[in-house]
Amino acid sequence: MTGASAAPSATSTRPEESTDFGSEPPGTPPGRAPGLSPFEFLRWAWRQLTSMRTALLLLLLLALAAIPGSVVPQADVAAVQVSRWKEAHPDLAPIYERLGLFSVYDSPWFSAIYLLLMVSLVGCILPRTAVYARSLRVAPPKAPRNLGRLPAYLGVQTDEAPDVVLDRARAALRRRRYRVVSSGPADGGSVAAERGYLREAGNLLFHVSVIVVLVGFAYGQLLGYKGGSIVLVGKGFANSLTQYDDFAPGSFYDPADLQPMSLTVDSFEAEFLRTGPQRGQPVDFGADVTYRETPSAEPRRHRLAVNHPLVLDEVSVFLVGHGYAPVLTVRDGNGDVAYSGPVVFLPQDASFASFGVLKVPDAQPEQLGFDGMFFPTYNFTMARGPFSVFPDALNPALSMLAYSGDLGMDEGAPQSVFELDTDQLEKVKRADQRDFRLDLAPGRTVRLPDGLGSVRFDGWQRWVKLQISDTPGKAIALTGMVLALVGLMGSLFIRRRRVWVRVTSREGGSYVEVAGLDRSGSSDGLVEEISRLADVVVPAGEEERLR
Amino acid sequence: MIEGMAPADVAAFSDRAFMFASIVYVLAVLGHLVEWASSLGTVAATRDRSPVGVAAGSSPAGAATTDAAVDDDRADVEERRRLRVETAGRIGVALTVLATVLHAAAVVSRAFASDPARVPWGNMYEFTMTGALGVSVIYLALLSPLRLRWMGLFVTGFQVVVLMLANLTLEQAAGPLVPALHSYWLVIHVGAAILATGAFAVGALTSVVFLLQERAQRRTQAPAAAGSNRVSRVLLERFPPPDVLDRLSYRLHAVAFPLWTFAALIAGPIWAEYAWGSYWNWDPKEVWAFITWVIYAAYLHARATAGWRGRAAAVLALIGFATLLFNFVGINFFFGAGSMHSYAGS
Ligand code: HEM
Repeated sequence: MTGASAAPSATSTRPEESTDFGSEPPGTPPGRAPGLSPFEFLRWAWRQLTSMRTALLLLLLLALAAIPGSVVPQADVAAVQVSRWKEAHPDLAPIYERLGLFSVYDSPWFSAIYLLLMVSLVGCILPRTAVYARSLRVAPPKAPRNLGRLPAYLGVQTDEAPDVVLDRARAALRRRRYRVVSSGPADGGSVAAERGYLREAGNLLFHVSVIVVLVGFAYGQLLGYKGGSIVLVGKGFANSLTQYDDFAPGSFYDPADLQPMSLTVDSFEAEFLRTGPQRGQPVDFGADVTYRETPSAEPRRHRLAVNHPLVLDEVSVFLVGHGYAPVLTVRDGNGDVAYSGPVVFLPQDASFASFGVLKVPDAQPEQLGFDGMFFPTYNFTMARGPFSVFPDALNPALSMLAYSGDLGMDEGAPQSVFELDTDQLEKVKRADQRDFRLDLAPGRTVRLPDGLGSVRFDGWQRWVKLQISDTPGKAIALTGMVLALVGLMGSLFIRRRRVWVRVTSREGGSYVEVAGLDRSGSSDGLVEEISRLADVVVPAGEEERLR
Repeated sequence: MIEGMAPADVAAFSDRAFMFASIVYVLAVLGHLVEWASSLGTVAATRDRSPVGVAAGSSPAGAATTDAAVDDDRADVEERRRLRVETAGRIGVALTVLATVLHAAAVVSRAFASDPARVPWGNMYEFTMTGALGVSVIYLALLSPLRLRWMGLFVTGFQVVVLMLANLTLEQAAGPLVPALHSYWLVIHVGAAILATGAFAVGALTSVVFLLQERAQRRTQAPAAAGSNRVSRVLLERFPPPDVLDRLSYRLHAVAFPLWTFAALIAGPIWAEYAWGSYWNWDPKEVWAFITWVIYAAYLHARATAGWRGRAAAVLALIGFATLLFNFVGINFFFGAGSMHSYAGS
């Protein structure tokens, strides 16, 4: 870029900003057709891309492009909602899929916008840094001939000799952290001063930091991972791929790098408001865990709670949810125990009414399946049917339908543990041909019709949902963001000012002119500053004009 | 005041203070309305008199009608009118101060209305209440240094509408926080967001008036409208000139933007990292906070770009504010279930 400070800016209408860096490079009248030579065209295109106007438009475009991601469910945040959405809109789903609307933030078009913005940003920072570096070495410009034209101006007559006044002006300006140069003959002369160089430095720091933040963010996205695992209280988790219920690695993450951490969930408590209008709202929940960073490390204890994760070197463990696992014992038609143990049910609402599925492939002569609800505090009305009134297990009950036949588990196709494949299953019926429903309280057993077996509700356990993740580059992003804020404040609040003091011999004393110019777009307080300065420079002077 | 009181009593106190604050805001609106109406009168009077002054013969001296007497008379009437405007305005401001004190009492006592005490921004109702207080406080704090008296009618009107909506649609009994909110990052993150919102709101108000004022000025300057209509002349008189408004708006946004940057892009992610295990989730609330940030960044750019400064920049500022409001109101109502932030709307 040819020195942006040399020529009047194309973007500025205010005269006092005519030499600002905060402006488009000169000679880029927007919209003018490019010259014919390819080199010139490239140069033209580059200038367009790195102009303020383009940055502005790209920013607006980025804002616009971010919107769909808040309206359409996103695969990496809400996979379940995405599949539900796809089922509900079979016509639109393929189109949305093509457009990348289910993962807006890594779609090609979203990436294109922010990459363009980055290029534009780099193309903007580099020349501006060069211009800035040069400006640091350049002395403040000499006083213009007619100081009276500046936005703040003051003329004072005094009896003192010119060099006394000039000395005082220099000292006063230095004290105010101006960079000062003086010039002129012995019988008069002028002082030129400038301050606020850090404003542009702040602006550059801000824009560079934006890049740093994005690098940190991208680093974490590519080299990190995030996974979830449901762990029964009393049971353990070892950090290997097989133990995850869901696992979302970054593009460059190698699961072999999983830190060989392990932990046991020793206990879990949840407390809910028992009274008042917000009855049932959680007050607190947390789990005590014992963990080892490596298989050979000493076991340590940690209280895992919301806002209180377990943070290790390369992995962090968060408690993100909890729920109930009714313990069931199923005997088959032969009277053998075909299943015994806890079954994870997923909470469906704030009262922790939970849905779950039990598959018993070992049952003879026919395989058995169950699905239904667990109600921690069971209640029933004719209008609502069964429901839960409170999230704590005060009056637990189980209500399930039973199926018999073929669970379809031999076909090899992976099945969700939370869904029954009812293609080859029959609902178990009562003698009157209505659906057979098991309604159970803890400790109770129900016999299935037709000698299919029996189900006992032994009790319930709790489980916690852990999120295990590693996001490298966190520190980079945070540092970048903090630096960006520092730079931003410098850029917004540091005032760039130029001040000139000219002293001419007159009537045996001196005529002192003090004038100032604000180069940061806001002249607030400029006149006051000039007038205060004049008071210091010429304490006993007679004010003639103040503007 | 709070010692020894049961949380329920404190909650009732808070509700009552809130109600009184609303009433006093309404009175403040009335004060400012009188102020405006009187100044409408001023303009009308000036206009009616100037062409006919001498012929009217309404001077106290009776027969000997001189120009000077008419001038005196006019100046006298003018002075009385000015005084009326001034008094009404002062009453408006005094009532606003009183309303703000009540409003602050409501917010502070709300913090003690749940056991244990906590910050008064755990749900939408409280956030609205505290955010609106932020607007009042910022307005009063800047009232004299930035000469914001002209804003009085709008700020108090805004408060009346917001407090009414909060009371009608969001009212929620006091109670402890859900566990996700047990964090001092809540104090920092939401506190900064509230301050930023307050400053953005006052900034948006200034931008609106800037746009009106700029239009009025263009109209009056246009030769076709030489007669000028009364309302736009009042606008011109009561409001600071457009360039002052533009600069004022910029300064407010310049304060709000770093606050927002801190709230949404530093404190928010840090807290999210603690609470949800990942500092940026592209959750709808986060997406809209980001959109707001980007648009205000565009606003700051616009002010440095020829052809965009002035009107276009002001429009951008208003779009930015619209996204802010949408994030606050819209997200909770439209995407509530899909957002991790949805506890704020329950
Ligand atoms: C990620 C994209 C960007 C963001 C978030 C961003 C943000 C900002 C912000 C918040 C300011 C206000 C600071 C101030 O007014 O001093 C600013 C100023 C500025 N930006 Fe950017 N910017 C971006 C990209 C760019 C690009 C690509 C350019 C190059 C053309 C650019 C050039 C400038 C300039 C010259 C200023 C100073 C304006 C002034 O003097 O007031 N920015 N930017």
